[in-house]
Amino acid sequence: MRSISMTDENGQALAIVAAPIDEVGATERAQFFTTRSIKKDSKVHALYLAISMCDLTTLEGADTPGRVRQLCEKARHPVPPDIFNEAAKLKDFPPIPSVAAVCVYPAMVSVAVKVLAGSGIHVASVATAFPSGQSPLSTKIDETRYAVAKGADEIDMVINRGAFLSGDYQQVFDEIAAVKEACGTAHLKVILETGELGSLDRVRLASEIAMHAGADFIKTSTGKIQPAATLPVTLVMLQAIADFYHKTGKKIGMKPAGGIRTAKQAIQYLCMVNETLGAEWLTPQLFRFGASSMLNDILRQIFKEATGRYYYDRVFSLD
Amino acid sequence: MASLVSQGERVPKTLKLFIGGEFPRTESGRSFPVYDQDSKKVFAQLCQASRKDFRNAIAASLKACEQWQQRTAYNRAQILYRMAEMTEGHREDMVSVLKSTSGVNAQTAENSIDQVVDAFVYYAGFCDKYSQLSGCVNPVNGPHHAFTTPEPVGCVDCLFDDDMGAAAALPLVASTLASIITSGSVVTALLPTAAAAQIASLGEIFATSDLPKGVVNLLTGNRSELIDHMASHMEVQSVCYVGSDRAVKEKLKTLGAENMKRVVWRELHANAADTNENLRLENILSFVEYKTVWHPVGN
Repeated sequence: MRSISMTDENGQALAIVAAPIDEVGATERAQFFTTRSIKKDSKVHALYLAISMCDLTTLEGADTPGRVRQLCEKARHPVPPDIFNEAAKLKDFPPIPSVAAVCVYPAMVSVAVKVLAGSGIHVASVATAFPSGQSPLSTKIDETRYAVAKGADEIDMVINRGAFLSGDYQQVFDEIAAVKEACGTAHLKVILETGELGSLDRVRLASEIAMHAGADFIKTSTGKIQPAATLPVTLVMLQAIADFYHKTGKKIGMKPAGGIRTAKQAIQYLCMVNETLGAEWLTPQLFRFGASSMLNDILRQIFKEATGRYYYDRVFSLD
Repeated sequence: MASLVSQGERVPKTLKLFIGGEFPRTESGRSFPVYDQDSKKVFAQLCQASRKDFRNAIAASLKACEQWQQRTAYNRAQILYRMAEMTEGHREDMVSVLKSTSGVNAQTAENSIDQVVDAFVYYAGFCDKYSQLSGCVNPVNGPHHAFTTPEPVGCVDCLFDDDMGAAAALPLVASTLASIITSGSVVTALLPTAAAAQIASLGEIFATSDLPKGVVNLLTGNRSELIDHMASHMEVQSVCYVGSDRAVKEKLKTLGAENMKRVVWRELHANAADTNENLRLENILSFVEYKTVWHPVGN
């Protein structure tokens, strides 16, 4: 196994092990989760859990304060009124939880903070020149500080893929450590953008670097390029988290993002987390979905489980 | 190596469903036999479609709906005409299936295919005309120009009675489907048992006529099992029933009430083979909604 020597933020020597990944094995193991049949009560339980783990996200050039406010309202009350009214008539229908967080650009943080005040929903902000990460470190740190100052309590940063792919792992490490420091008390999620890394070996290495550098969460993708989150990539990252936990005792969170659109996929991911890291990780504090369109499908499925039939697709919000 | 044919072998066609331009087997894995009327042997095993297959078909037709409506009327006409051309190409196959599964003679079978071709050509001609014939300019009191135009109703599903003969059923199915898609609506049909074995030929005709995938979806199966789902699906705007059972009509109306489906009942009389019933402008107009626009005139 190759070991990469680095220096940590305190100037101490640090050896990061680049564990090789069996691509075929990982893919096959991941495939295994797609053939499970989770039905009835277990399905409903998983779907409720998935909603509470959802990070609703809007990261578009066309974002307006109005759009962000609308998304925040959806975060507070995910259920469309029509369905809510009908579901309220059902016996023993547990209330739908609110989502975990709303994720926006730094300029929109103050809008989201205002709407979500008192709701318990976190405000996450992307920072560090999302999605490319191609800016000087000083700019990235300023952006992070700005987002935190405006009230974001979670920061989603992107790693410097330019540096990573050219082999300058120390720079990747230093940038993450510097952004972590700029975050203060805010949680740091580190986006690896696995679709640009090219192999599962590199995904594993990037995960190790991010966790050693101070990430609270590691996250697959920005959602801006394909492929985004896939089961094999997530499996490799979860395994990296497990190994890191056994080594250091620190629990790092995981966030697959992009490409997860259906309730069925959500359940597959939850099974994978449970079997790789255990039930302790099945909480919004340690697992999140970066998936906005998935929420509507989950609501459809919950309603179908409760009533035996599907509702109109059109009662759901468009985004 | 000797060919299969020279050894007296043929590769038989597997008859499957037609959903979203593809030929999938039913997800339920179930099947039911249709019999050769002469030999009384099993002619083929057909897919017994499930609720899930039906929902998949509706999902496919919803995807196709917007695209089909955006085609120009001229292009829709070309495609319907192309369906007539393709039917000619499948004539031999369709006649042979009809003869085997229903026991009719060659002449009746040929007539039946003629009627299918006629129906496609007939409705092809109406694609760019039905709107002028049924739309109008309304006299109004005031400085407005008010006109009414028909628009396609959208997503339609379609059921048939099972007890009619195959020679009558095939043209009835073809003309009903054609009349629905003429205006730009999309359709999912549960074929009557008599015409069910034609699903492969019909599917191939639709699949090779440049018809966008999902505009027509064909299922075979048990009507009593699927009728509740076909009547109550919330994304279906209109349900068409071709048959004579009033109880079925009432059921469709009751279950369809929640999302205010238009229930179109084409009552079958004793003379079900009457082609005049199959070829009528009114059949197209059963699947349109009228939109009236008021436009201010003058300065």
